[in-house]
Amino acid sequence: MEILLQQIINGLVLGSMYALVALGYTMVYGIINLINFAHGEVLMVGALTSWSIIGLMRDAMPGAPGWVILMIAMVIACVVAATLNFVIEKVAYRPLRNSPKLAPLITAIGMSILLQTLAMIIWKPNYKPYPTLLPSAPFNIAGAVITPTQIMILGVTAISLAVLMYLVNYTKLGRAMRATAENPRVAALMGVKPDMVISATFIIGAVLATIAGMMYASNYGTVQHTMGFLPGLKAFTAAVFGGIGNLAGAVVGGILLGLIESIGSGYIGTITGGVLGSNYSDIFAFIVLIIMLTLRPSGLLGERVADRA
Amino acid sequence: MKQQNKLVVILVSAVALLILPLILQSAGNAWVRIADVALLYVLLALGLNIVVGYAGLLDLGYVAFFAVGAYMFGLMASPHLTETFPWFAAMFPNGLHTPLWLVIPAGAALAGVLGVLLGAPTLKLRGDYLAIVTLGFGEIIRVFLNNLDHPVNITNGPKGLGQIDSIKFFGLDLGKRLSIGSFEISSVTLYYYLFLALVVVSVIICHRLELSRIGRAWMAIREDEIAAKAMGINTRNMKLLAFGMGATFGGVSGSMFAAFQGFVSPESFSLMESVMIVAMVVLGGIGHLPGVILGAVLLAALPEVLRYVAGPLQAMTDGRLDSAILRQLLIALAMIVVMLLRPRGLWPSPEHGKSLKAK
Repeated sequence: MEILLQQIINGLVLGSMYALVALGYTMVYGIINLINFAHGEVLMVGALTSWSIIGLMRDAMPGAPGWVILMIAMVIACVVAATLNFVIEKVAYRPLRNSPKLAPLITAIGMSILLQTLAMIIWKPNYKPYPTLLPSAPFNIAGAVITPTQIMILGVTAISLAVLMYLVNYTKLGRAMRATAENPRVAALMGVKPDMVISATFIIGAVLATIAGMMYASNYGTVQHTMGFLPGLKAFTAAVFGGIGNLAGAVVGGILLGLIESIGSGYIGTITGGVLGSNYSDIFAFIVLIIMLTLRPSGLLGERVADRA
Repeated sequence: MKQQNKLVVILVSAVALLILPLILQSAGNAWVRIADVALLYVLLALGLNIVVGYAGLLDLGYVAFFAVGAYMFGLMASPHLTETFPWFAAMFPNGLHTPLWLVIPAGAALAGVLGVLLGAPTLKLRGDYLAIVTLGFGEIIRVFLNNLDHPVNITNGPKGLGQIDSIKFFGLDLGKRLSIGSFEISSVTLYYYLFLALVVVSVIICHRLELSRIGRAWMAIREDEIAAKAMGINTRNMKLLAFGMGATFGGVSGSMFAAFQGFVSPESFSLMESVMIVAMVVLGGIGHLPGVILGAVLLAALPEVLRYVAGPLQAMTDGRLDSAILRQLLIALAMIVVMLLRPRGLWPSPEHGKSLKAK
């Protein structure tokens, strides 16, 4: 029973990170119908930037409390990642908006490889330890363990989601975003500037990805230039799972995927009698995806038809 | 007159392709190796072109079929199985050295069946959804290849399979150099001719397919699935056929790859490989045979050639920019720049349907 509770906690933490990244995918897909393959790399750049800044600040102000350093690093990393994502959209996606369907997908994949390579050149290819800035004494809940970092992750996710929901549902920008996602041409006739909305979407996506990246790094304790790839892929899976283009769907999909993966890899050894081990954890996401798309191609909460893509 | 010109072009290029490795051979076997690898990629790209180019089904897990073919050959022609299982060693005391005539059809068939199996649940999906499902399928295969060394050692896990037999037929061993009088043809050159022959056969098959009723049906599906269905095309069977045919090509090139390298490991079948093959097809000119071949040769061979100029660059940047990084950087930039300048590819097909034009 303790194992189950522990896996649920781990799954929630993992899932909340997937949810933040999935939001970036789903917003972009909802508006311009593009799988932004470079989104995972934006997460990686954010995390690595924050790693560098934490290193610099610890040298500059040795006495500062951990959470202050984390906050400052987060703000700077968000700005860097947002600028990067803004530029990527301008350079690689915008000129191809009316091109054959595959062209922007290829530039997105190219961008993803490019960012990984550049990060490897800048930060060197080795794994770097990500500092623990919060107290590390874990709390005990009915036999399961939760660390302050994990509590922070859940808290930050909840706050980010609340802010995003407010932004999308109650502000002018949010209304413009929803309008553009519905129909860019009509939105433009109503005075919305689609280009600006799309840029804003990429910036918001980058901020969420950076936050997720920093949490991912704090949770696992390392950063490296390939760290964005798999979370990116799984987050996209989560977005499809929840119903792509649907914000609530991305959150539900992310959290469910985290839970499935965590509980699945916790029990796969026992279920299969040791034949398959937890090293198969990466395939859960894809199996779930294949089953989901076969049974309900529009995702859990989606209305769009898969055929549209 | 025009017909005659075409014949001259074909003859000249045939002679050039036949002489090429002999010239490269004098400059070192490494250059012939590059040509071999390029031909293997051409084979792969031609296969993927059936799925993506003709039928319009974006497959990002294509490398899985390549892996299936390679492991198939690896298992059937290496000491791994006899060493791991005593009962197997008892059955085949001299080890399992399956002849080529059995391995190629078997690899092709297994990959083909897998292709159909993958295709079946994804028939309703199109575009990006299909891309992400096939991508997931490729990853699943890779995770299994990586982990099937326990509890029963089938794939030998990340260590991979070694000591794979070279290709032998009609008493000719492609793993050894061939001496005709005083003239020697190296092993890589022999492989070059084998791969070239396979590529030529594939081009002919693809060309015939393109002109056939099946090819027309695929293109109709690519252009407008609903209309194609309304015109009486069995879209389900046609899509499955496309997946199966594409996968077959992948399986054959996989077994060639295993024999050529003498070693396979999950490393060679990463998602990056799938992405590269898609990039070759799209960069060259999707659905257009000369374009696809151009794309494959460019992306496979150019970065290898660049390795030779990377030395000075590496010294200039004190080791940060080595040849592998430079290769990745250039591939990434090529993908972005070519798409921005020529979204339909470097050598697009002259006639194109609406689905590939602007939306």
